[in-house]
Amino acid sequence: MEYVNIFIKSIFVDNMIFAFFLGMCSYLAVSKTVKTSAGLGIAVTFVLIITVPINFLLNKYFLADGALAWISPSLAEVDLSFLSLIMFIAVIAAIVQMVEMVVEKFSPALYNSLGIFLPLIAVNCAVMSGSLFMQERGYQNIGEATVFALGSGIGWFLAIVAIAAIREKLRYSHIPPALRGVGITFIITGLMGLAFMSFMGFKL
Amino acid sequence: MKNIDLIKLPFSKENPILVQVLGVCSCLAVTAQLKPAVVMSLSVIVVVTLANLIVSLLRNTIPPRIRIIVQLVVVSTLVVLVDQVLKAYVYDVSKQLSVFVGLIITNCIVMGRLEAFAMVQKPWPSVLDGLGNGLGYSVILIALGFVRELFGSGTLWGYPVMEKLGLYEIGYENNGLMIMPPMALILVGLIIWWHRSRNKDLCE
Repeated sequence: MEYVNIFIKSIFVDNMIFAFFLGMCSYLAVSKTVKTSAGLGIAVTFVLIITVPINFLLNKYFLADGALAWISPSLAEVDLSFLSLIMFIAVIAAIVQMVEMVVEKFSPALYNSLGIFLPLIAVNCAVMSGSLFMQERGYQNIGEATVFALGSGIGWFLAIVAIAAIREKLRYSHIPPALRGVGITFIITGLMGLAFMSFMGFKL
Repeated sequence: MKNIDLIKLPFSKENPILVQVLGVCSCLAVTAQLKPAVVMSLSVIVVVTLANLIVSLLRNTIPPRIRIIVQLVVVSTLVVLVDQVLKAYVYDVSKQLSVFVGLIITNCIVMGRLEAFAMVQKPWPSVLDGLGNGLGYSVILIALGFVRELFGSGTLWGYPVMEKLGLYEIGYENNGLMIMPPMALILVGLIIWWHRSRNKDLCE
């Protein structure tokens, strides 16, 4: 039951874009068409599902306070959590590099359509925050961490596909020249964020 | 490009948030109050300037294949240092900023300037470019923090301005919407509208 709670919560209540504004740069840059947005959303979800559990294990067995006790009792007071940032980003960069190689080999069409944005997933705030939130919220086991990652990814995917769909329709609207493009996207995202706030305090 | 332009341009014409649309994530999330906004601005200025300097000094020795990883290592080290300094000297603000200090690593401004400028330019222009972009980012952050805290909680840096002005007695109420995340998005959209009306060449 806890898993379902975390899953639903991370899609709607703690939506990466509308609640925390994470991954906004690629969200704004790629959301001009639904097709590329869907591709990027799936890629980000995939990277999240792989990196968050690995970082969970890394945190549990190496970085957390007293985590090194399984090697020898004398290391029980060692606290390596100050290294978390570097270790997490290193894992993410390595996984993104591997994902890029796999995609290039098995689906060259997808690789070409995503272009530069595939390596840029490594510096996507949403992916890094997946790991940081996992560490901060102290999930109990790898199952919870994975479910959280899946939910966050789906929430991000939902947000970027929704704004892409809206932007496609906006091309036929009369928007003041100074607001076109980035300006109106910010305002609409703000309104969508307001709408998503209706999910606050949701509990299963 | 003259050196003074490196500082002047990112202020308005090439503002990282308004024009380049980089560094938006952290900008929106930490501006509910003025104090975290200022601390975040200072942290980003320090990280961008020093990272630009270090990568520019190393630019001729980094193999192209692993340059993203080298850049990430440099930036992560600087952010870990900044994080420790913040925890030591302004612990309460550091708690408010929580994961967003770590997210400076994935802040698009830092990576963007490293890739676009520091990898190909000499050290002193790189330092100026980092400083300029950091200041451009800070201007927006401080403006947002100012407006949101003043109208959202009636205080400025914790000082109860609205109370001292006696506005509560005549029926003024705090605008609760200002503290909420979506308002930051709408405010940035409005700033972009104003900015592009003044600089017609930036319209899309």
